[in-house]
Amino acid sequence: MTRSRFESRRRFVQGLAGGALVLAGGRQLGWGASPSGAASGGAGHSSWGIARNGANPGGKAIDPGAQSQDPGATLSGTDFQLEVGATQVNFTGVPRYATVVNGRLPAPLLRWRQGDTVTIRVTNRLPAPTSIHWHGMILPANMDGVPGISFPGIHPGETYEYRFPVTQAGTYWYHSHSRFQEQIGLYGPIVIEPRGGERHPADREHVLLLSDWTDTDPERIYRLLKVQSDYFNSNRRTVGDFVSDARKNGLSATVSDRRMWGQMRMNASDLLDVSGHTYTYLMNGVTPAGNWTCLFRRGEKVRLRIINGASMSFFDIRIPGLAMTVVAADGQDVEPVTVDEFRIGAAEVYDVIVEPKDDRAYTIFAQSMDHTGYARATLAPAPGMPADIPPLDLPAVLSMADMGMDMSSMHHGTSGAHDMAHMSKTPSERPPKFGPNVDMVASQPRTTLSDPGVGLRNNGRRVLTYADLRTIDGPIDARDPSREIRLHLTGHMQRYIWSFDGQKFSEAQPLRFNYGERLRVVLINDTMMNHPIHLHGMWSEVESPGGDFLVRKHTVIVQPGQQLSYRVSANALGRWAFHCHLLYHMEAGMFREVTVEGGP
Amino acid sequence: MKVTRMLLAMLPLVVGQVAGANATTAIATLVDTNTVADSAGAVPAHPMSHNMSYREMVEVMQMDDTSRFAKVMFDQLEWRNGGTDEGRAAWDAQSYYGGDYDKLWIKSEGNYVTDGRTDVHDADVEVLWDRVISRWWNLQAGGRQDFGSGQSRTWATLGVEGLAPQWFQTEAAIYLSDEGRTAARLKAQYELLLTQRLVLQPFAEANFYGHSDPAREIGSGLSDLEISFRLRYEASRQFAPYVGVVWLRRFGETADLVRAAGGERSDLELTAGLRVWF
Repeated sequence: MTRSRFESRRRFVQGLAGGALVLAGGRQLGWGASPSGAASGGAGHSSWGIARNGANPGGKAIDPGAQSQDPGATLSGTDFQLEVGATQVNFTGVPRYATVVNGRLPAPLLRWRQGDTVTIRVTNRLPAPTSIHWHGMILPANMDGVPGISFPGIHPGETYEYRFPVTQAGTYWYHSHSRFQEQIGLYGPIVIEPRGGERHPADREHVLLLSDWTDTDPERIYRLLKVQSDYFNSNRRTVGDFVSDARKNGLSATVSDRRMWGQMRMNASDLLDVSGHTYTYLMNGVTPAGNWTCLFRRGEKVRLRIINGASMSFFDIRIPGLAMTVVAADGQDVEPVTVDEFRIGAAEVYDVIVEPKDDRAYTIFAQSMDHTGYARATLAPAPGMPADIPPLDLPAVLSMADMGMDMSSMHHGTSGAHDMAHMSKTPSERPPKFGPNVDMVASQPRTTLSDPGVGLRNNGRRVLTYADLRTIDGPIDARDPSREIRLHLTGHMQRYIWSFDGQKFSEAQPLRFNYGERLRVVLINDTMMNHPIHLHGMWSEVESPGGDFLVRKHTVIVQPGQQLSYRVSANALGRWAFHCHLLYHMEAGMFREVTVEGGP
Repeated sequence: MKVTRMLLAMLPLVVGQVAGANATTAIATLVDTNTVADSAGAVPAHPMSHNMSYREMVEVMQMDDTSRFAKVMFDQLEWRNGGTDEGRAAWDAQSYYGGDYDKLWIKSEGNYVTDGRTDVHDADVEVLWDRVISRWWNLQAGGRQDFGSGQSRTWATLGVEGLAPQWFQTEAAIYLSDEGRTAARLKAQYELLLTQRLVLQPFAEANFYGHSDPAREIGSGLSDLEISFRLRYEASRQFAPYVGVVWLRRFGETADLVRAAGGERSDLELTAGLRVWF
């Protein structure tokens, strides 16, 4: 009994080895299958891997040729036909329906060239409306793909023609912006080749798209969060945790820590609302057991284009035995910075270059931020060479400083206070008063960007932070901001209400930007969650606490209790979405419309 | 249907190039069927109307932060053994339906005795409007109907329910009956996680009455106090069998009335049951 439960749990977390897309006829489409056969449960194929023969010193084509076996996996050119439909998948032993593009989960990799104008005709074969949003693309407002804001959506049987010039280069992705279709499979990568060639050339590249699959109907997940917000938290603090904390930190410190959390009525272990309790984390649509494999040859520079296409998950990514040099963030080239590990928020994108020196396999390990599960891939010299998988790190808990609490006003320090001592605090600003749908306000938000975040501090590895990122060509607009917009990220965990400035989308007016102005957007996270905030249509240029330009992003993580600012050039007329990219936070109200008006 | 009307209103979409619009290379045009004549020849700057109501937006966006949810919860659904009775079934249940700020609540608690009298004994149902009034507290107003043995009573209810500091789930209510009787009830419970699945739930409930009501074996003042501990195993978050011990103490005139009827001042009972919600 115990054994079988364990086994079923294991299968749930790791998924099936062959767990993949199954067409109605039962044919394996092969995201989890190796070209040589799914039965081995070994290597996933590498159809998204590209060997650059020109740059390859050996001069030989190393591409495994999987692309020819799976011709629809990558689409390139300027004209595309995409069909959104439903297909049966089976990741855990239970058949489920997924929303897919051209029958694929993930959707096909779209390869564009900077400077081209692309035309994408998207036909809806679902019985429900759909949409596709090109995440991070700078394009006209009516091409952005947000129903109700950009366009009316694509109704069953209809085709919408997207057409826009590709002005940028780099790694991006696309996903549905309709209901919860993104949760059940409607996401795919975009790679745009720069006109002038790659600034950081590599011999080979692979696209790695992370996601969080669930067999549970997303409508049910959302309902469960609404009626019991800690439903998926399997790391709630127990009496046993109290005893071990008391041994470690002393009884009085532990009592006072618990008292403060009890006063706030919050759960220190609430890092992600939906956990590995329900999710099977996927790498390119392949379960951990299926083990997506991508190839390299010793001595090569391998570029990994890593996209977090998950609906509700952050991942901490590392490759034991390999340092990673981050060369692009959210598609934009950055000064190379070498790290052992980085956290990727929902919808964020990082490109890293690795140079494996040994003829061995490496595990690309992506554990969910709450350490309840992982996705993985294997970087190997040949198919079917698995590498060791590191154990999941122990669950992390938030400290009072994470919550932006003024430690000096607390009666006693907490265990978390010590490792947070180096953090700078903003001068006291009178915290705003919000209504009953906001459960706390960060009285002393942290402004430092050099904190890797909960669970990553002092773990013995070099962990990327926003303070490490420098976009190479500087800000798109040298002007200083002429106006500042301050927004609190707010919420009520128990009631599962999320909002900006205490107002849900239904209660708020659009944010108005004046065409042509340079703005500073200041975000203060009053909640205990990390929020990946995505502004459509315009770049978010993150600043240092001192106001210096750091990095150009489309999705910006604001940590719990953190204040962060970025500059926006309001150079895109029209109506745009602005929201938290955690799917159920967006649904629960953490969404605003931005209107850029007063154009030429 | 609304959706159909919206669809019609949005069709047809015309995608085309607009010369001179430097910010856009393509503009999808919305022709509202209601104003085809007006808009003929004109190209709106944006395909979506700025004048949609929130409900219309919800239809198009398929996103709604005002949606309503229902939950039915049996905190206690159990068999009690001990005291003077042979044994009895007992329940404490609540359900709600509503949005973030306003909900309709139905609560019921009571017990069912099978020895001889085989009638419902000491039960009530409350129907309440629940309104969020602060971060942690909701106001609940409505009516309560007592039923079971003795005279049934009807009450108007005003109370608060919420999460007190340190995670005490708390309810406090005052009652006014149609005959001018008054009563009050205080309930609190806590959840102590021994493990992720094994949860100890202390529970306390006290009832107060302004007037004695011999027909229901109730005296004025603090009538009864129940303190219980239930240890549940969460087979899933929604389904948890438990065992527990319940101590029920009656006070003052209530205790006299119960003893006169052959009962005891206090009962210590063992219980086993199910905590379930859906």
